[in-house]
Amino acid sequence: MIQPVDEDAPERPRLATRELSAFFGRSRVVSNVTLGFRDQEVTAIIGPSGCGKSTLLRCLNRMHETVPGASATGIVTLDGTDIYAAGVDPIAVRRHVGMVFQRPTPFPTMSIRDNVTAGLKILGRHAPRGADAEDVVEGALRHAALWDEVKDRLGESAIALSGGQQQRLCIARALAIRPQVILLDEPTASLDPLSTQKVEELVYQLKQDIAVVIVTHNMQQAARVSDRTAFLLMGDLVETAPTNTLFTAPRDPRTEAYITGRFG
Amino acid sequence: MSALRRRKAGNIVMLSLTYVASVLATLPLLFILFHLLQKGASTVSPDFFTHMPRPVGEAGGGMSNAIVGTLILIGIAGAIGLPVGIGAGLYLAEKRTGALAMTVRFLSDVLNGLPSIVLGIFAWQFLVRPFGNFSALAGGIALGAMMIPLVTRTTEEMIRLVPNSLREAALALGYPRWRTSLSVILRTALPGIVTGALVAIARIAGETAPLLFTAFGNQFWSTALREPIAALPLQIFAYAISPYDEWHAQAWAGALVLIVIVLVISLAARHVTRARFGSSTD
Repeated sequence: MIQPVDEDAPERPRLATRELSAFFGRSRVVSNVTLGFRDQEVTAIIGPSGCGKSTLLRCLNRMHETVPGASATGIVTLDGTDIYAAGVDPIAVRRHVGMVFQRPTPFPTMSIRDNVTAGLKILGRHAPRGADAEDVVEGALRHAALWDEVKDRLGESAIALSGGQQQRLCIARALAIRPQVILLDEPTASLDPLSTQKVEELVYQLKQDIAVVIVTHNMQQAARVSDRTAFLLMGDLVETAPTNTLFTAPRDPRTEAYITGRFG
Repeated sequence: MSALRRRKAGNIVMLSLTYVASVLATLPLLFILFHLLQKGASTVSPDFFTHMPRPVGEAGGGMSNAIVGTLILIGIAGAIGLPVGIGAGLYLAEKRTGALAMTVRFLSDVLNGLPSIVLGIFAWQFLVRPFGNFSALAGGIALGAMMIPLVTRTTEEMIRLVPNSLREAALALGYPRWRTSLSVILRTALPGIVTGALVAIARIAGETAPLLFTAFGNQFWSTALREPIAALPLQIFAYAISPYDEWHAQAWAGALVLIVIVLVISLAARHVTRARFGSSTD
């Protein structure tokens, strides 16, 4: 198979995969994907259901291997270092590459404030305290465009929030540990249109600082929020290009068939 | 038309049967409660809780030693049964299909069905005979062993109710596995686990058989762990089989106090459960 060529790629992406394959038991769900993700860019991964886009995403912070029987081969580099190399702690990887899931997952026993600092508490004595902690909470909630809605009730339970607010809280929680990359796995799949719009605006803000990777089954969303788009089909990377190019002048006939709605 | 009428009649019959069955199910408890109130309520006074038993022939007196003894036994049993049961339940929930998990799950079900008198005999064999005397410790350990399978299974069930997405969320934040289990999974399941623990305590509070050969009972005031200790169920048993009317009255009163203790614990368990499942939105 011919590897997709991407002439517009700058030299050194923040996060990159090389010949990445992912498996559940013996079945291969992602095949030899080589792809780069750059700072200040939103990369969308699109494709029909079951094409392996979530699995590909979960390989980027070593969450894939937490499922029993799951494994991955190939290389994923973060700032040039292979995160699958022997001796690399997956926990350290996940602190640099944050993740937000399809459904909001606030910790139900914790307050809004404690949810934001949940990722910091495990630092033990290095965790920020008092005024420092309050700064982190405010910064992360402002960053996630949630501060104005919750600033007067930080002590309340996180499950009292609406679905859209919960999802932005999860984004704030992921941002609080200052990751270099954030992975969004269909972050608006369970949200209403208004909440979806807020999260999409937020994605645009996020890329000012870090690299953003978003998996979506919604092509309009990919077109709205991303700078680059990668099209995945049956675990193969069919094509990757600047979003405008991919949606207006796809090189591969399969990409064209998908974006014009002939399958998927 | 007749088919419809037949179905309607069948519906009424079945509905009535389930109605009768549900009334029958609560009847024993109501009957026991009324009977105990009738026979025991007049003997229960402040003295009953603060005074020691009196010799035969003297009116009054109480069961303070047995009440305190039962609380001590529950304390020892909880100190053993809760950590072991919760730890084992956590292990079973996290390692669902391992060979060890399957074995532990099966054995804890067997232990759960083990007649309590058998447990008492075993406790006597290993905790009383080697030391040459009955003790509160032996009784507490026997009750603790009874608690373990109850707590293990409810803990496992409660932890399984925690959605996997929460586990993933914690792992994705860079939580180590053990920290995920303790700070997120166990904490989320805690109200359910507390309910299970209270139900288990209510269950063992009234156990008599495991104490017959271990705690043994004590007519005197004793809180020493290495000495025989009084317990409400034992005291009730001893007084009920005695030939004295005063003691019979005391036994009824003791039974009433015991059932009220169990009732209060059960109500607390219900309260905790409602707090858990009432406030959650999903």
